[in-house]
Amino acid sequence: MVGTIAGSGGGRETAASVARRDGWLRRLPLLPAFVYVLILTQIPFALTIYYSFFSWNLLKPGSFKFTGIDNYANLITDENIRTAVWNTVLLTVCVIGISAVLGLAVASLLNSEVFGKGLMRTLMIAPFLIMPTAGALIWKDTLLNPLFGLLPYLLTPFGLGRVDWVNQYPMATVVTVEVWRWTPFMMLIILAGLQSQNPEILEAARVDGANAFQAFRRITLPLVRPFLELGALLGSLFVVQTFDSIYMLTYGGPGTDTTNLPFLLYLVAFQGFNIGQASAIGVVAVVLTTIVATVGLRTLFSIFQVEPRR
Amino acid sequence: MSAKLVAQRQFPTSRLLWSVVGWLVVFVFFFPVLWMWLEAFKTEPQAASSPPTFLFAPTLEEFQTVLAGNFPPFFINSAIASISSTLLVLLLGIPAAYALAIRPVKRTRDVLFFFISTRFLPFAASLLPLYLLARDLQLLDNILALVLIYTTINMPLGVWLLRSFLLEIPPELFEAARVDGASFSTEIRRIVVPLIAPGIAATSLICLIFSWNEFFYAVNFTSSVAATAPIFLVSFISGRGLFYAKLAAAATLASLPVLIAGWIAQKQLIRGLTMGAVK
Repeated sequence: MVGTIAGSGGGRETAASVARRDGWLRRLPLLPAFVYVLILTQIPFALTIYYSFFSWNLLKPGSFKFTGIDNYANLITDENIRTAVWNTVLLTVCVIGISAVLGLAVASLLNSEVFGKGLMRTLMIAPFLIMPTAGALIWKDTLLNPLFGLLPYLLTPFGLGRVDWVNQYPMATVVTVEVWRWTPFMMLIILAGLQSQNPEILEAARVDGANAFQAFRRITLPLVRPFLELGALLGSLFVVQTFDSIYMLTYGGPGTDTTNLPFLLYLVAFQGFNIGQASAIGVVAVVLTTIVATVGLRTLFSIFQVEPRR
Repeated sequence: MSAKLVAQRQFPTSRLLWSVVGWLVVFVFFFPVLWMWLEAFKTEPQAASSPPTFLFAPTLEEFQTVLAGNFPPFFINSAIASISSTLLVLLLGIPAAYALAIRPVKRTRDVLFFFISTRFLPFAASLLPLYLLARDLQLLDNILALVLIYTTINMPLGVWLLRSFLLEIPPELFEAARVDGASFSTEIRRIVVPLIAPGIAATSLICLIFSWNEFFYAVNFTSSVAATAPIFLVSFISGRGLFYAKLAAAATLASLPVLIAGWIAQKQLIRGLTMGAVK
């Protein structure tokens, strides 16, 4: 049957052409999704690179002008951008570091013989599921508000009653809210790692006289490490993009104290309408993320063996 | 054996202790959610009292205010954007996942990593061209723009996740169908979809979670007509005075679908968040 279709050209079909067509038939179901994503991500990205070499203010018609690498030169000299890069790194490192430690602790608790594990886990993942804008508002207006908030009230006996947390400690507030949100994420991944552990090995270690700390360091930690790394990597790729809670809590302020790269991009693009400069910020952000993502994810995903099976 | 028995006999006190510690930690993390719920059932004066009100007769007043006000259109927009984009992901993603899992070709690995790289592409990469395109096509403040963007965001996740479910099915099942002469679409409808139905459900729930909570594109691409639930919450940031109970009621309603979806998909959540790497 294959022969009759291919035979319409008159010549005999070679094994290579059969294989080639077979290959295309195999790829066909893949194409719609592939082409869709390609069009909506790669063409815009190519345009972003293109725009980054132009000076273009959306509000000034006719301002579209080639300026070479000026936008990139600005990146190096502009203090706002350096601050934003620093804030992005600080926020990501703090949030991922703290939530990894807390996540490990909570996961260890949930992996031990505690009462009501199922319910604990269910309640624990709620912060991750709550709409980030809603979570941020609840923190800002009902928990941290210096006049009516719960936390200032609870802290009054300690002399911290009327502290305006959001304005006095803006970065710490953003970090806190994000840690609250990402700890459950870390906990879930680490818990999966802990549960893949064979309890008999720990038992054997204990019989051999290892104390709890030694058993944790020598047996549990090496086993959980790839899970920790996966959580930290995926988590950072999300936290680097933090926008919602900054928008709701501090709007990047006071000043530029909590302006990270996504928020700066938003300000430059949608408050300043400076398309060229915003595009240059975008290109740099992509290059940085891509390096981390490709190297990290390829390594980790081969550890987890999600590669093709044939 | 005997060591195990000894360990179990020693447990009760330490087990109780660790349970208390565990519950304290969980309480701290869950508390903001609980507090949101409590505030939502208060009256405005109770919610904005100093010191905070702990004992009160719950009222549905603020839920009624929110639902009778302009909240429903935002909620409906969120539903349209999330559900349509999830359906599109399934429509395009199931055949793609099938191709990648069951009939892998030489560059399968590269295609998979192409998908994942687009998931973690910062929105800075494509934001401005998409915005300009949407503007030129009159798609700003149009729900269609959000549907198309959310489909893009969730496609990599959908493909990876569906593929991980397909990999668990013995390939012989698909081969048998092919020998029986089933066409590709029959194979997808009659064999693939029923076999990975739980996987499809889990994938849908996780796509719904991500698109329902999405804020960045929503705030930049919509203003009034197509604005989604998170945008409704923005109106509480400033200029509306002290409406804490109303705020909490709106936040509760806006968060509810994802909270429920996430709790239902709890077992699959981790798999979805790690693109199928961790089961």
